[in-house]
Amino acid sequence: MKKSVLLGALAVAGLAAGSAGAATLDDVKSNGVLKCGVTTGLVGFAAPNASGEWEGFDVAVCRAVAAAVLGDGNAVEFVPTTGKTRFTALSSGEIDLLARNTTWTFSRDVDLGFTFVGVNYYDGQGFMVRKDLGVASATELDGATVCIQTGTTTELNLADYFRSNNISYEPVPIETNAEAQQQYLAGACDVYTTDASGLAATRAAFEDADAHMLLPEIISKEPLGPLVRHGDDQWGDIVRWTLNALITAEELGVTSANIEQMAGGTDNPEINRLLGTEGELGAMLGLDAEWARRALAVSGNYGEIFAANIGEGTPIALARGLNAQWTQGGLIYSPPFR
Amino acid sequence: MSDQHTPAAVAYVRTETLPELPPPASEAGLVKWLRENLFSSIPNSILTILSLWAIYVILSGVIPWITNGIWDASNIRECRELLNGASGGCFAVIAERWPQLVFGIAYPQDAYWRPSLAFVLLLVAVAPVLFSNLPRMLLAVTLVYPFLAYWLLWGGSIFIPITAFGGAAIGYMVYTRLVAQSFAMGLLGGVVAALLAWWVFGFITDNTRGVLALEAVASRDMGGFMLNMILGTVCVSLSLPIGIVLALGRQSDMLIIKWICVVFIEFIRGVPLITLLFVASVVLAYFFPPGTTQDLILRVIIMITLFSSAYIAEVIRGGLAALPRGQYEAGDSLGLDYAQAMRLIILPQALKISIPGIVNVAVGLFKDTTLVSVISMFDLVGMIRGPILASTDWSGVYWELWGFAALLFFIVCYSISQYSQWLERKLATDHR
Amino acid sequence: MSAISDETAPAFRLSMLINDTRYRSLTFQAIALLLLIIFMAYMVNNLISNLSAAGLNISYGFLDDPAGYDVNQRLIEYTSQSTHTRAAFVGILNTLLVAFLGCVTATVLGVIAGVLRLSGNWLTAKLMAVYVEAFRNVPVLIWILIFGTFVTLSGGPPRQFLGDDPERSMFLGAFAFTNRGLHMPSIVTGSSAVAVIMIFLVSIVAAFWWRYHVKQTLYNTGKLLPGWVFWPILIVPAILTQLVLGNPIGLEMPDTTANRFNIQGGLLIGKPLIALWLALSVYTGAFIAENVRAGIQAVSKGQTEAANALGLRPNRTMSLVVLPQALRVIIPPLISQYLNITKNSSLAIVVGYADITATLGGITLNQTGRAIECILLVMLFYLTISLLISAAMNVYNKSVSLKER
Repeated sequence: MKKSVLLGALAVAGLAAGSAGAATLDDVKSNGVLKCGVTTGLVGFAAPNASGEWEGFDVAVCRAVAAAVLGDGNAVEFVPTTGKTRFTALSSGEIDLLARNTTWTFSRDVDLGFTFVGVNYYDGQGFMVRKDLGVASATELDGATVCIQTGTTTELNLADYFRSNNISYEPVPIETNAEAQQQYLAGACDVYTTDASGLAATRAAFEDADAHMLLPEIISKEPLGPLVRHGDDQWGDIVRWTLNALITAEELGVTSANIEQMAGGTDNPEINRLLGTEGELGAMLGLDAEWARRALAVSGNYGEIFAANIGEGTPIALARGLNAQWTQGGLIYSPPFR
Repeated sequence: MSDQHTPAAVAYVRTETLPELPPPASEAGLVKWLRENLFSSIPNSILTILSLWAIYVILSGVIPWITNGIWDASNIRECRELLNGASGGCFAVIAERWPQLVFGIAYPQDAYWRPSLAFVLLLVAVAPVLFSNLPRMLLAVTLVYPFLAYWLLWGGSIFIPITAFGGAAIGYMVYTRLVAQSFAMGLLGGVVAALLAWWVFGFITDNTRGVLALEAVASRDMGGFMLNMILGTVCVSLSLPIGIVLALGRQSDMLIIKWICVVFIEFIRGVPLITLLFVASVVLAYFFPPGTTQDLILRVIIMITLFSSAYIAEVIRGGLAALPRGQYEAGDSLGLDYAQAMRLIILPQALKISIPGIVNVAVGLFKDTTLVSVISMFDLVGMIRGPILASTDWSGVYWELWGFAALLFFIVCYSISQYSQWLERKLATDHR
Repeated sequence: MSAISDETAPAFRLSMLINDTRYRSLTFQAIALLLLIIFMAYMVNNLISNLSAAGLNISYGFLDDPAGYDVNQRLIEYTSQSTHTRAAFVGILNTLLVAFLGCVTATVLGVIAGVLRLSGNWLTAKLMAVYVEAFRNVPVLIWILIFGTFVTLSGGPPRQFLGDDPERSMFLGAFAFTNRGLHMPSIVTGSSAVAVIMIFLVSIVAAFWWRYHVKQTLYNTGKLLPGWVFWPILIVPAILTQLVLGNPIGLEMPDTTANRFNIQGGLLIGKPLIALWLALSVYTGAFIAENVRAGIQAVSKGQTEAANALGLRPNRTMSLVVLPQALRVIIPPLISQYLNITKNSSLAIVVGYADITATLGGITLNQTGRAIECILLVMLFYLTISLLISAAMNVYNKSVSLKER
């Protein structure tokens, strides 16, 4: 307390203190570019392709937000972050939005001061092993050497799971997915554990993908979603409702193919509100009426993004599972546009 | 004397010189050399045999690996097929990813000539500094180079570097006018004039954004070996003046200034660079004014510059301490003030004997720029560890990539250290 | 200030603060101090307003919370339920371990390479020159990564040693090198091990007394007692006790049948430690070799010639005449190389070694998000170590500095 009084006195002499992130929307607009934190490279979620362009499931969220706010899905500066740098990058304002398959947890939301705007992928932590080890269940992993990506919730889940099942293991902490993959392939660890989606993506990149299998156990809940700083509710709302627009569009059957036609007006008032032909939803967000139409035009609705990046048609071949629309028995559910 | 020993008189005296016999086979040519240098004693012979064995082991592994190398393949599987079980390197990865290794993933491809030109000009610009027998006219290139290189690498309107140079030139002119009164006055006046000029020129550059503009490239898009080179040159050049000031401060009689410098230098030298880079990546952003952010490369440049300036300060302090006391006293007795004595007498000599040390620090620093890969920047090592080894095409190609990286660094660092040794020999005029 | 100037107006004028060298230094210092304070205040002010805007604070309370993660190499008891402080200590010990091991091997390597580089053997000298230049001119990070890859790829998976009918058997039944590390027997102590150790300590004293006694007898009486008795005195009693008490100190062999994934039991020197240790020693060894070479060359040639004239053989010349004098030149840079090993060991994370930077500055930082606190503590640790080492160096420098008369 005393310290803060002293510093407060010094602050008077110093510069007037603005507050960071008071108006992220204005910053983004004046910069003309959205700074979006992504992973350093996880195929399917966010990775630069051969020509250096970022693509993936998380990348699509960034692009949709950029299109909604700036009108251009390419007006994104992708900032690669590691498990270590991602939170500081967001809280210090280096990035405006973090879409780096980050798990929504209590302490990150409350203690670290972030706002998770929703969930774009329901995941859980799984294990990958070589088939020829003959392991059928994670409970048989006693004494195994396990590669983990450090700085993630998986590291903690792993310790908890093995302790509660009273089995021992040797952790090998690794900084990036790429190196974990190398270590696992070289046989330096018997098991690789991370989010099941990440495992599927990693396995898809293997030469002999069939020689590896995912164990049936999913040992944690990992709701992954984009997040923004606490304290700028307008910006949080924009990101949240851009994500919801992608989800709602799939539910309502709005795709990148029929969006132009639907934008002319339909009989469904919710579609009309979403696409801005009815109501004032865009203005309430501080955007124009066509924000959601632009967001959807970049890479389509949630289902299209899923199918294009990680769906069954891609090498990663993830089934929708929990990530199907609620109408299809999944958990993907957007509040109504009203 | 001569007639007594005429050939007729003494028959047994040889009249002509015998032809020189070749030395015994064991004392000449290759054999002698071998005996003296390799097999002079039993331990020596054992050493020779051990060395031969080591050389054989290394070469027998490396030579087929290089000669069988595949330079043309699109991924590692194709490469292995072409090799067909023979041991050979898959150098195709270097051929295919060459631009990424050198320029990073995001630098625009049609602008690769810009960093290449900047690199060539760098050689021209440092040459007159390194070799004193080159024409002094070349120093003009050195002066212009920082501004030119900035324009080439980052792009944008040419007016930005031109006005930056103009401001600096005006500052220098004011400095030369005022320095006659006192050094502090000159420095202050120069800085103020330069700032004023930049402020005025700011109006010009704001309105000429598109004039003669190269495509602008963001700092974040710099990568590969280019990033190592940029960090190395920028940080070493920036840390030189800071290092000089710190060294003078540490030698100073003024207690407070001395202690500020001592604490700073010892703190920086006491912690590993990687912790300073962590500061740059996760802590430093909190120390900037609220609402502003600086991009990572700038924060990293700040921290590496602080790091190397502490080391350079220690080298220069060594140079200052090595000067005989008489030089300081000579300056005093001529009635020079502190700034004049330092500028005209002490520093030129001290810097001259510190050059080899400074070059060593520079080499070390250049090698240390690879650490930025740990904080998720895509420099040469970061490119290899991240995008290239992670890609489906090239995962598992280790030795070729690490060998390539090691070779690049070796070439640069070895040439610089050879230069430093040459310079040391050249400067060592007083010892022998 | 103005009060003083009123009083002693003729002696002191305000302009003296600028123009009089006696006072000018005071002015400069005051300005420097003021600038420093303003700068610091500005930084701290930024920090506080940034933190409060982000809803964060600075607190070290997290250090007492359970860490929640496991560490693969620990010299002290540690589980995922231990506190972050304990995790930091595990890291500190690991840093010190790899630094110590690295210093020892780097010194050995460096001295060998430095001496050989000056040897009369042309081939060996050139080979050592290649070693020194190759390692000095490539970044240590690349070497650590290369050695990490090398250890990972050169050791096969442990499976080949496992099971009742393994593909390969362990070397001497006790050593196995896999891509998890080097398995070797560990020493286990039984209940009466203390007796063996005590006896051994006593025999050390006895053996050295014998050596002293031999010398005294030689000097006093000229009789030469058998010197080799030193060794039996040293070893025999302890071995006898060990046998009599029924082997209280034993070896635990690595067990290849207990587990399907890994060799269990015995001592495992982990792959990360091996990779980091090798890389640091070979890299720093190259620098030490240069220091040693410079040190030897600094000994004047007359010393060698004098020793030769006395008929000393080259080996003895080196060990009795040249090296002792060269040490004075070698040791200061050697100690700063030790400091470099300690600092470079902070790159441990790239091979997955759990040093202080990887535990406190890595996983703890990631899991708690307390970046400022963690980095500050890590820096303090390294600062303490390096200040200690420089203090040791100063003491040494004082003790060897030429006593001038």
